[in-house]
Amino acid sequence: MAHRSIGPEITRLIEMMSKLPGMGPRSARRATLHLLKKPEQLLAPMSRAMADAAQKVTACDVCGNFDTLNPCGVCQSKGRDDSVICVLADVGDLWAMERSGVFRGRYHVLGGCLSALDGIGPDDLNIASLVKRASDGGVKEIILALNATVDGQTTSHYVADQLEGIDVAVSRLAHGVPVGGELGSLDDGTIAAAFSSRR
Amino acid sequence: MAEWTDIAISLGARTFGETDVILDIFTPSRGHTRAMVYGGISQKKRPLIEAGNTIEVQWKAKSEAALGHFSVADATNQRAARFMTDPLALAGLSAVTSIMRDGLPEGEAKQGLFEATETLLDVMGEPDVWPAIFIKWEIGFLQQMGYGLDLETCALSGGNDGLTHVSPKTGRAVRGSEAEQYLDKLLPLPAFLTDSKAPPSPYDIGAGFRLTGHFLVHRLFADLNRDAPEARYLMLERLEKAERLIMPKRPDTGTAPMQQHSGERPTYMGAKPDVPEHKRVSRKVRQPMNRK
Repeated sequence: MAHRSIGPEITRLIEMMSKLPGMGPRSARRATLHLLKKPEQLLAPMSRAMADAAQKVTACDVCGNFDTLNPCGVCQSKGRDDSVICVLADVGDLWAMERSGVFRGRYHVLGGCLSALDGIGPDDLNIASLVKRASDGGVKEIILALNATVDGQTTSHYVADQLEGIDVAVSRLAHGVPVGGELGSLDDGTIAAAFSSRR
Repeated sequence: MAEWTDIAISLGARTFGETDVILDIFTPSRGHTRAMVYGGISQKKRPLIEAGNTIEVQWKAKSEAALGHFSVADATNQRAARFMTDPLALAGLSAVTSIMRDGLPEGEAKQGLFEATETLLDVMGEPDVWPAIFIKWEIGFLQQMGYGLDLETCALSGGNDGLTHVSPKTGRAVRGSEAEQYLDKLLPLPAFLTDSKAPPSPYDIGAGFRLTGHFLVHRLFADLNRDAPEARYLMLERLEKAERLIMPKRPDTGTAPMQQHSGERPTYMGAKPDVPEHKRVSRKVRQPMNRK
């Protein structure tokens, strides 16, 4: 009879954990073992939290953010400026913006960037809904906060094109020297971008 | 252990796993090559390997046949960062790198194409100049890929003056006097491609892209069983919007742009008769939305 050291339930849990970002088979085993050692404090609450999230969290119909509410909490929040929309590539970018606390307007998540390599075209992104939001009235400025990469900026220019003819100001995030960055350690491209957008 | 060091043009990177990328490059002595860059999405490495940059790379693998990995020492020309705020230049840069990435076979050295591509990428910041050079680059690219056009002698008379059209079947030029009865079938040949002193007008640029687009789409990419890269369509739309390019007029009427008659993307942009229906629909959706 074959010796069974780890049961199928645990093996399945390890397999699922190993699919998460930052986890490989070894770290998945460690994390699983940690959960199994603390069933009441960690495993059960985590399982309930995951079941809740799977059941209740959806993408917001207005901005694309993930939330249990639809429209999401950010879209429903009364203390925000409705006249400014910040356009982002991903929900992770929205969370980063919220952590920084510098923006108190509304968001719009495109769901990625145009990418020839990954086969992502304009129809795969939430651009039409952004144009509709902008043309519905009440919006004065749209901030394109997309990645400073070829794909990100190609998307940025494309979105700006689509917004042409609508009465909104379109602005972009600045490119240049990061806070704490020393000029000597920066690459030529970043220095050139910082120089061209000096003020 | 196999390894080499070379200078290369980055053709773009796609994320692999969480921190690595698979980078496509074009080197003068090894042509189109692809390998991993470990930690390629890091803030230090990512700016160096953006598409269009000229970089110094070292490739290492256990054997010549293995995928291997690149170490990117430095970028000798970071064009991508320079063109970030220039929509036209960025569109041109994306189109060049996409055509090369999708069209070039791996491992075939093409020294001449490397130098021509460097020249083209270096002038991308000059919108008065680069569209004409881009067309000449595409003609050179087609030639390197075995689809060379003969724009020097008339296919019918053998003469080398007064060339005004190109046969879409043979890729050979035709004299104006000989072309009259086939005008609806031939592709216009812009003067700047046969006479280097003739300054190209936006009509010439449109005709040039229509000419190269026909052979790229119906020959090169058709033989590879794929459509021309989306980045080329976006570049042409942007050039047209910036009035750097005007679509050729229909030869039978001489009045209206071709797309107004055909109701779909003109041939020079690469509309293929056999493009699947779902692709055609998706491109139509990409027309300007809700513009006033």
